[in-house]
Amino acid sequence: MESLLLRSGAWFGVALLALFAFAQTTETAFAVHMAMVGSAALLVMWIGLAKTDYLAVLNGLIKAPVDQSKYDDDLLRWGVILITFWGCVGFLVGVVIASQLAFPLLNLHFEFTTFGRLRPLHTSAVIFAFGGTALITTSFYIVQRTCRARLAFPGLARFVFWGYQFFILLAATGYLMGVTQGKEYAEPEWYVDLWLTIVWVAYLAVFVGTIVKRTEPHIYVANWFLLSFIITIAMLHVVNNLALPISPFSAKSYSLFAGVQSAMTQWWYGHNAVGFFLTAGFLGMMYYFVPKQAERPVYSYRLSIIHFWSVIFLYIWAGPHHLHYTALPDWAQTLGMVFSVMLWMPSWGGMINGLMTLNGAWDKIRTDPIIRMMVMAVAFYGMSTFEGPMMSIKAVNSLSHYTDWTIGHVHSGALGWNGMITFAAVYYMAPRLWNRERLYSLRMVNWHFWLSTIGIVLYASSMWVAGIMQGLMWREYGEDGYLVYAFAEVVKAMHPYYLIRATGGLLYLSGGFIMAYNIAMTIAGKALRQEAPMTETPYDAAQDRPIVAAAAVAE
Amino acid sequence: MAEKKRIDEPTGTETVGHEWDGIEELDTPMPRWWLFTFYACIIWAIGYTVIYPAWPMISDATKGVSGWTSRGALDAEMKAQADRTAPIRNAIGATPIEQLSNDPKLLQAAVEGGKAAFKVYCVQCHGSGAAGSKGYPNLNDDDWLWGGDIATIHTTLVNGVRQPNNDLTRMSIMPAFGRDAILQPGEISDVADYVRTVSHQQPVTGARQRGAAVFAANCAVCHGPDGKGMRAMGAPNLTDAIWLYGGDKATIVQTVTNSRYGVMPAWGPRLDAVTVKMLAAYVHSLGGGEALPTATAPIDANPAAAENVQEANVASK
Repeated sequence: MESLLLRSGAWFGVALLALFAFAQTTETAFAVHMAMVGSAALLVMWIGLAKTDYLAVLNGLIKAPVDQSKYDDDLLRWGVILITFWGCVGFLVGVVIASQLAFPLLNLHFEFTTFGRLRPLHTSAVIFAFGGTALITTSFYIVQRTCRARLAFPGLARFVFWGYQFFILLAATGYLMGVTQGKEYAEPEWYVDLWLTIVWVAYLAVFVGTIVKRTEPHIYVANWFLLSFIITIAMLHVVNNLALPISPFSAKSYSLFAGVQSAMTQWWYGHNAVGFFLTAGFLGMMYYFVPKQAERPVYSYRLSIIHFWSVIFLYIWAGPHHLHYTALPDWAQTLGMVFSVMLWMPSWGGMINGLMTLNGAWDKIRTDPIIRMMVMAVAFYGMSTFEGPMMSIKAVNSLSHYTDWTIGHVHSGALGWNGMITFAAVYYMAPRLWNRERLYSLRMVNWHFWLSTIGIVLYASSMWVAGIMQGLMWREYGEDGYLVYAFAEVVKAMHPYYLIRATGGLLYLSGGFIMAYNIAMTIAGKALRQEAPMTETPYDAAQDRPIVAAAAVAE
Repeated sequence: MAEKKRIDEPTGTETVGHEWDGIEELDTPMPRWWLFTFYACIIWAIGYTVIYPAWPMISDATKGVSGWTSRGALDAEMKAQADRTAPIRNAIGATPIEQLSNDPKLLQAAVEGGKAAFKVYCVQCHGSGAAGSKGYPNLNDDDWLWGGDIATIHTTLVNGVRQPNNDLTRMSIMPAFGRDAILQPGEISDVADYVRTVSHQQPVTGARQRGAAVFAANCAVCHGPDGKGMRAMGAPNLTDAIWLYGGDKATIVQTVTNSRYGVMPAWGPRLDAVTVKMLAAYVHSLGGGEALPTATAPIDANPAAAENVQEANVASK
């Protein structure tokens, strides 16, 4: 009771602070955000104090099974729903901005719908909302099962999960209102950054706490990757966002770094957001869900050790390759490039371990749509991690830099690797979290697979062609020694490729909608769809043995 | 938990003996090709950092045995390019603009260079095809505000249009007849109708002839009594179908009411003299270029070449 009183008091204090800031500020956007903070704090306080258990009511709404397992899975059910939701939102905004590039009229002459504001909304929605929710959800799912322990600090885990969603809301509404510090993938302003820091430290505490209280003797490789992701992101986020607000009542801040130092810090952050958020974290997902779905042992323990340590050691130095041929000193550019090239094989170690885990179960690629998604994800991971080191080579970079080739590269990684492995994880978790026999429809998963795959192929190939064409046109010298093309002529030449790209995005989005329907029907517990059967990995409740007590008996 | 090593049946490989939530690990050795490629990358990386600037020291970084720097590489490339074009640029620089057309090879080089420079400096307003847009003249036609021979175009380029602190800039100010209450709205409407009749957009009627008197009293001094414009004043010809801002009634009324004040930068101080010359040659070559006034024309050393240029101009129209 005392702790409840203390907590309610703390939230009330937050609400009062927000109200004070709301009254003091002269900026609309900051006032809106402070109103959101205040309302959220009051809501949390009220939920804590109310007689009705609203969380139980909410869980009833999504038909969460009561005490279905001894693992702490309540949050993860919300996670599955939110991954699906944010995925569809992120893909939709992506299709909108891809269309804006092809048809600038679609900016609608309205400040909230201009490309400049929607682009960070798209990147953050897919990376941080879709990807971040997927990482938090799957990491909680994986760490409990591979440590055979419930989440440490359940209250803190709830704070992490919902606090992260609140971060997404603040960031997204901020972009639309024009609040940004102008750093790619680190657009949120100082107060949102502070909030994320608190959430992230709590995340680290929950994750490490769960590992500490594990009942397995060893720590599974997936957890190495997830832990490295959480720790490194904390470091990157804090350093890159060191900034001084112009006033405690203003959204605007200035970075502590200036000039080339600022650029270097930003791309040290930016590249490792790719390296640790989108690679290490998702490798953690791969190391759990691929062997589980394939029902096969991991290919090589030794490979996982070597590639883990080499990936995390090498990745952190690769950032300067984003600043080739800039004011960054030559020596830093050289190091960025050679570390990127050395990163090629360590990255492929993950691909080999993922793909070769199917040794002995290759037939499933033909029959199991979820396995097929995983294989496609790992294949795209391999392609992107070959393309990345190649693009970091200066001679290649002088052609590819600033062109749409980079966009194609990012999307073959994001749509192919991150998207596909997340879809597979969602399809794996949903029936198990809701205690269903299997997904509502496996044929729909198959449709999702093909729509996504064709979408990615259209997207990536059009951007490769467009990017290389763009780079060649920019540098084309005529026989007389003069540049041949005007910038606008290059822009005009991109139009057909922009159309193909938007079409690819549309296919990918429609796959997302099919997933949303399939997951919704699975949650609703409707009778399984009547369809020609496909291979599945059936949910065996007995295999899912949290059984902390039983484990103790076995010892 | 006891280690439970076993031989995995499909692969015949031993497991490590650990198990998490049903997941085991095989003790497969690392693929040789993978390991050796990794080693090769590391060895290559070490070699590369010896050759190129790489390792940060206390006050500076290692220079690399090759002595390569990105600035040095850029300078070398720029110099190679400059050396390549230097002879022709020097020749263009030494030739007075009026005599450029006497040497067809030189003229051709100037036009090509101007075309490239145009794509960097001019397309933003005049469009990549030099067709202009509202407020920015089309440079492909033979309608010139200030004159279309190569020397006049050159002067316009060097000094710009309506540039402050430049005595040679192209300067004309049409009064804002409506805003400054020189004419009443009815008179402006009449004169707009009149302008539309002289440009053959409307039939001549009695009512529209009312504007003729207004035109004669207010406009003819610059645009000429017949509305054909006057290059000395930079006043456009109003009788043709070419309009800088638009020839519909509403736009003409707006132009007469508020006047216009389009500007172009003076390129003389911004670009080197040779590039400006080349730009003049390019714009002159687009289709509407006029011959130099005979009074100032130098003795034509090569009349055939000049004729060719004229023919080319006609052909490209």
